[in-house]
Amino acid sequence: MGESTQGTGFDFAGIYGLLDGVMPESLDWLVFVITALILGAIVLNALILSTALYTWFERRVLGRFQSRMGPNRWGPFGLLQPIADLVKLISKEDTVPEGADRPVFNLAPVVFLAPALIVFAVLPIYEGSFVGALNIGLVFIVAITSVNTLGVFMAGWASRNKYAMFGAMRGVAMLVSYEVPMGLSIVAVAAAAGTLSLSGVVMGQNVPFLLVMPLGFFVFITAATAEMSRTPFDMIESDSELGAGYNTEYSGIKFALLQLNEFMAPLIVAAIVTTLFLGGWRGWGPIPGAVWFVGKTFIVVCAFLWIRATWPRLRVDQIMGLAWKGLFPLAIVNIFAVAIEVQVLRDGQAGTLTRGDLWIMAGINWAITLLGAVALSRVLGRDRASRPAPRPLPLANMYGAGRRSGPAAGEES
Amino acid sequence: MYGLGMAKGLLVTAKNLVLPSRLTSVQYPDRKVGILGLARAGGMNPIEFVIRRPGEAVRAMVGMATVAERLPQHPRFRGEEFTWYEQRCTGCASCAKYCPLGIIRIVTSESGEQVQEGQKYHLDVFDIDIGRCMFCGLCVEACPYDALHMGSGFEEGQYRRDSLVIEKDRLVAEPKRPSTWFRPQHAAARYDPHSTTEEVEWTDAGRHERPSPAEQRDRWARR
Repeated sequence: MGESTQGTGFDFAGIYGLLDGVMPESLDWLVFVITALILGAIVLNALILSTALYTWFERRVLGRFQSRMGPNRWGPFGLLQPIADLVKLISKEDTVPEGADRPVFNLAPVVFLAPALIVFAVLPIYEGSFVGALNIGLVFIVAITSVNTLGVFMAGWASRNKYAMFGAMRGVAMLVSYEVPMGLSIVAVAAAAGTLSLSGVVMGQNVPFLLVMPLGFFVFITAATAEMSRTPFDMIESDSELGAGYNTEYSGIKFALLQLNEFMAPLIVAAIVTTLFLGGWRGWGPIPGAVWFVGKTFIVVCAFLWIRATWPRLRVDQIMGLAWKGLFPLAIVNIFAVAIEVQVLRDGQAGTLTRGDLWIMAGINWAITLLGAVALSRVLGRDRASRPAPRPLPLANMYGAGRRSGPAAGEES
Repeated sequence: MYGLGMAKGLLVTAKNLVLPSRLTSVQYPDRKVGILGLARAGGMNPIEFVIRRPGEAVRAMVGMATVAERLPQHPRFRGEEFTWYEQRCTGCASCAKYCPLGIIRIVTSESGEQVQEGQKYHLDVFDIDIGRCMFCGLCVEACPYDALHMGSGFEEGQYRRDSLVIEKDRLVAEPKRPSTWFRPQHAAARYDPHSTTEEVEWTDAGRHERPSPAEQRDRWARR
C-alpha cells in the first residue's frame, strides 16, 4: 500500500503532497523536513501517550491479578498515576556512578528507546502507515528490534556495577539466542505471504496466520516475550537476584526512559504480532481498519499481561535450553511444513494462495503443532519422568504420622 | 507434562482478576469513591446527591472524594492508649510493679479520703510510656480494683517520642471506652468499644458490683 498517495492523506506522501502545493518549488527540501518533523511528532506523542496510559493499565490489572488494588489514589481510578510517576522521576537527582563510562552511560537509554519508536513508524496501522510502507518491512523489524540488545549491554557495561553487568550479560545472551527462533518464525510468515512488505503480509492474510501456522505463532510469541524481556524471561532485570539488573545505577530522567521502553515494548510487540499473525487492520463490517488494529493489539497486550502475572521466571540455563532445544527445532519444523505446503498449493501463474489453500494449510499445520507439542513435552520432560520420586525424610514430614512416607516409628528399632 | 500446569496457573490468576471475592484489600484510612459510592455512603440516590451537594458531586467525579474505611477490631483488641478510672484507683501501684518494662511511673501522696473503707492515695503523677510498651497487658491483669483497662484505639502515631507518654491529665480526660481484654464483665455485658460510642461509667467497670447498703447489712447480720 506504499503507493497509495491519496488513500487517507495521513501518511508521508499525503502530508508531503498537501504542503508541496502551498510552498514554492525551490523549497522542496524544507517541505520534506517539515513533513518528517510532523510525522515524527505524531508518532512520538501517540506512542508515549499510549505508553503512559498503558503503565496505568498494566499496574492496575497486574494488581487485580495478584489480589491487590493497584494505583488508585491520583485521579479517577488512579488514571493520573503516570503523571505523578513522571513528575517524581524528573525531580529526582540524575546521578552518574563514579568510574562509569560517561558517554556510554548517557547514550544507553536513547539507544534502548529509539528502536521501539522506529519500528512503530513502519507498521501498517491502517491501510498504509505513517512513513509509508517499506518493501522490506519484515527484515527491517528484525534488524531494528535487535538494536536494543546493544542498549542493554551499554547500560550494564557503563554502569560499572557488578549486578548491572550480570543482568546485561545474561540479557544479551538471552536476547541473542531468542533472535534465532523469532527470525525463523518470521521466515515462515514471509513464505506464506510471498512478500517481505508488512502491508503485503497483511494483504496475504485471507485467513489470519494465527490459524494457518499456530506453531510459528507460539514460537514467535515466546521469542517475542523473551525479546522484550518480560516476566517468564526477565533475565535482564531479575529483581530477586540482581537488584534491578541493567538499570541498577540509573536514576531520574534516564531511568524514566528505560522504564518507558520497558512499558512500550509490549505495545510494539503486540502491534507486530497483530500485523504478522492476526491480520493487522483487516476486519469485517464498517469499522475502520485502525480500530481493528488497535483492538487486536489490545487483546494481545492483555494476553502478555496475563502471562506476566502468572508464570515465574525461568532459570538462566532453562532459558537457553528452551531457546535452543525447544523453540529452534519447532521453528525449523514450521518453516519446512509451510514451505512445502506453499510450494505444492501455490497457483503457478500468479504465485498466490487462495483462501481455500490457506485453510488446507491450517488443517495440516494444526496437526503438526499438536504432534510437535506432544513430542517436545516428551523430550523435555523425559529427564524428569525417569527420575525417582523424592522420598521425604521422616523429620522433614510435617503432616504427622498418618501421612508419613518414610520408615514408620516401629521399624527403626 | 504437556504444559497443563501452566494452563492451571493461568486459570488461578484469571480467577483473581474476575472474582471480586478474591480482592481482599481493605483500604485505610479512607477509600477513593466515585459519585455512586459517595452517594451510597451519604444514604442518597445519585440524582438526589447531585442536586443537594453539587460541589461534592463534582469532586467525586474527578476522583477526589474519599470515604473513611477501616476494619472493625475485635472487642478484645489491646489498643494503644489505656482507659483509666481515677475513682477506682487507690494508687497501690500494682501496675507499675508488674510492668516488665517499668514504664509506668506513679507518684502518690496521702489524701485522707475514704478513711472508712480503706486508705486511698492521691495520684500526683501517673505516666505510661507507650513508646516502650509492648501491650502485654500485665498491668491490667495486676490491677486489683479494675481501674486500668486496655484501650481500643490504634492511631497513636506521633512525631516525637515525648508525645508518646500518656500523662494523667489525658488519661482522666479521654473517653472511657475500654477493651474487653481480661475484663469479662465487659464481655458479659456484650460491650464492644469499636461499634459504639457509648462509654463505660466507673461504677460499671468493676469485676464485682459494689454491694448495696441492704446487702452490706445482710452480710453483717450473717457474720
